[in-house]
Amino acid sequence: MSRLPVSKTYKLYVDGKFPRSESGRTYEVEGANVARASRKDLRDSVRAARKALPGWAGLTAYNRGQVLYRVAEMLEGRRAEFTELVGDEAEVTAAVDRWIWYAGWADKLAQVLGASNPVAGPYFNFTIPEPVGVVGLVAPEESPLDGLVARLAPAIVGGNTAVVLASERRPLAAVTLAEVLATSDVPGGVVNVLTGRKEELSPVLAGHMDVNALDLVGADGDRTELERLAADNVKRVIRSGEGQSPWHAAAFLEMKTVWHPIGV
Amino acid sequence: MSDVEKRQDRSPVPSSFDYAPAPEARDLVRLEPRYGLFVGGEWVEPRSGEYETSISPATEEPLAEFAYAGEEDIDLAVTTAREAFENGWSDLAPSERSKYLYRIARLLQERSREFAVLESLDGGKPIKESRDVDLPLAAAHFFYYAGWADKLEYAFPNRNPRPLGVAAQVIPWNFPLLMLSWKIAPALATGNTVVLKPAETTPLSALLFCDVLRQAGLPPGVVNLVTGDGRAGAALVKHPDVDKVAFTGSTEVGKEIQRAVAGTGKKLTLELGGKAANVIFDDAALDQAVEGVINGIYFNQGHVCCAGSRLLVQESIQEQLLAKLKRRMGTLRVGDPLDKNTDVGAINSKEQLEKIQELVASGEQEGAEIYQPPCVLPEKGWFFPPTVFTSVAQSYRIAQEEIFGPVLSVLTFRTPDEAVEKANNTAYGLSAGVWTEKGSRILSMAQRLRAGVVWANTFNRFDPASPFGGYRESGFGREGGLHGLEPYLRFDE
Repeated sequence: MSRLPVSKTYKLYVDGKFPRSESGRTYEVEGANVARASRKDLRDSVRAARKALPGWAGLTAYNRGQVLYRVAEMLEGRRAEFTELVGDEAEVTAAVDRWIWYAGWADKLAQVLGASNPVAGPYFNFTIPEPVGVVGLVAPEESPLDGLVARLAPAIVGGNTAVVLASERRPLAAVTLAEVLATSDVPGGVVNVLTGRKEELSPVLAGHMDVNALDLVGADGDRTELERLAADNVKRVIRSGEGQSPWHAAAFLEMKTVWHPIGV
Repeated sequence: MSDVEKRQDRSPVPSSFDYAPAPEARDLVRLEPRYGLFVGGEWVEPRSGEYETSISPATEEPLAEFAYAGEEDIDLAVTTAREAFENGWSDLAPSERSKYLYRIARLLQERSREFAVLESLDGGKPIKESRDVDLPLAAAHFFYYAGWADKLEYAFPNRNPRPLGVAAQVIPWNFPLLMLSWKIAPALATGNTVVLKPAETTPLSALLFCDVLRQAGLPPGVVNLVTGDGRAGAALVKHPDVDKVAFTGSTEVGKEIQRAVAGTGKKLTLELGGKAANVIFDDAALDQAVEGVINGIYFNQGHVCCAGSRLLVQESIQEQLLAKLKRRMGTLRVGDPLDKNTDVGAINSKEQLEKIQELVASGEQEGAEIYQPPCVLPEKGWFFPPTVFTSVAQSYRIAQEEIFGPVLSVLTFRTPDEAVEKANNTAYGLSAGVWTEKGSRILSMAQRLRAGVVWANTFNRFDPASPFGGYRESGFGREGGLHGLEPYLRFDE
């Protein structure tokens, strides 16, 4: 007798939980009814990301690196599932390796990006990177797993939290990645994943006054209006970043310079 | 009469210490009656045909006329900068670029007193500040970035750093020549060409700087200088052939610029307003802290984006600290910017004075207590006495808005957590100060204060090697140090 498979309900990932959209809306895509997030879901996600920020930013860099490595481990264990979802084993492999690559950067960014500055006076002066805060991230439509990881990993490795607008046409990998994150010691709220209509959600994300940086690398079409909305609270807008680089992580970091007199 | 009595008779003990006037010589500065625009290494008449007069804020006397550039003038300047970039400057050996910058640094050092006098004359800042802070730092900035010009691949290994092209730069009136150097030095070191617009109340030191460029033999068109008001600035940042926009000024204008360049792909850096908290704990060295507070808010009449305009003092030492602060405020000498004894000079413009007066009035209306030491302000010119407000609530405008004047708002706290909460309770994040003798507390506060620059047991220190710039609505990008190169470069992905 053949067994009827149990299919999964694809929901949002907000504050470490998997709620349906508060609006009750879904849309059919990739053979599933996927939650169609509302503006309120987005605002809730930003609140969750803000709440999670001090804890995540306050971890030691070593600890954050271990958590990111754990993400890679969990992803590795679900290679088959992801390969079926994205239809490309190479993409899954690339995503796993990318988490490992960025995991290793967690406790090295400050050494590569920071500086000790020889000022002309009796002062000790140093510059260190700090998280910018809450990052709004518009994931690319294509490459639904690795395309997202390539933007998300550099965003959170330095201590930021994120609100992700998943690929609209291929959202299942993003929701399944959320399950990986939920089982990888990534604290709830550090990454929030919304599925739905980008046209509806992107402007709300871009104009949200409690989002500090906006990643539009994956945004299609004319980004002018989104960039304009980002100016309302002087958001840092990230517009390009192919491949992987510590400088991609640097784009989500602030440089803080501290002075102290040297004296007896 | 004894000998002692006779001496006392001849020279009575003064009731207070007064200083005789010690004016700096003005004749070092020779101004033209009228300045055009500096485009392609030459002075050109503005096609707009418009001129305005730059006025000394201390005496209200006219100093010189300068051009108000129109859109056509901006277009000519950008086109000229583009030609200079394509035809020579971008191909020049970086070591040669470096030498031009060293020349400029040296020339500024040689002519520093002349520039200092002009800076005080046109902007109203005390001569001791323009002489001892603005000019040395401006020259040092060129010297520092000169050395980077031929070492960029070491600053950005594996990234193939290349210039962007034409940089459009708009600067404020509070540190006219210093802001010019913060903008031009890294732009040239990285191989870009420049169109710079100084503020309309302080164009003269930038115009004199063009003479330094002549002496340095900088190729024509590499640096172009257009004067004018906000319309010229808007035309410049919106010009389609500009690759880079750098702006220092108010958050309000910064947001307009960010909107204006949206979707254009222009690389943008903004250095905007601030409302810095200067946090004093009960174990701080109080006399040093008071000096830091004074320097933090009364330096340059408080026309400083990173000014320590909110004093957060631990409740247990509030009375003691305020007594010391008020006593110290009484020794500040307000007056002629060209007098070497002056501590607080003229407010930069009538418009700015009115803004300060309006915000101070709001502080009194909202219920804060005002204190101003007795001081006689000059009859002519625009002046405002050093002012401190106590009993300030966080919601008051004087605790939220950037006043950009010699006005300090005092708030109190009990615990470090409360200090952090209050210090960060602002949309800005440019700078912060912390005063305590406890090392671990310094580092903890330095970590928790959301600001691009944290001064611990000091305030308002600047250095070309030290990156400067804001968090949040104080802008993005860094100026100074290795980090100040990045905004002027493009890289391989």
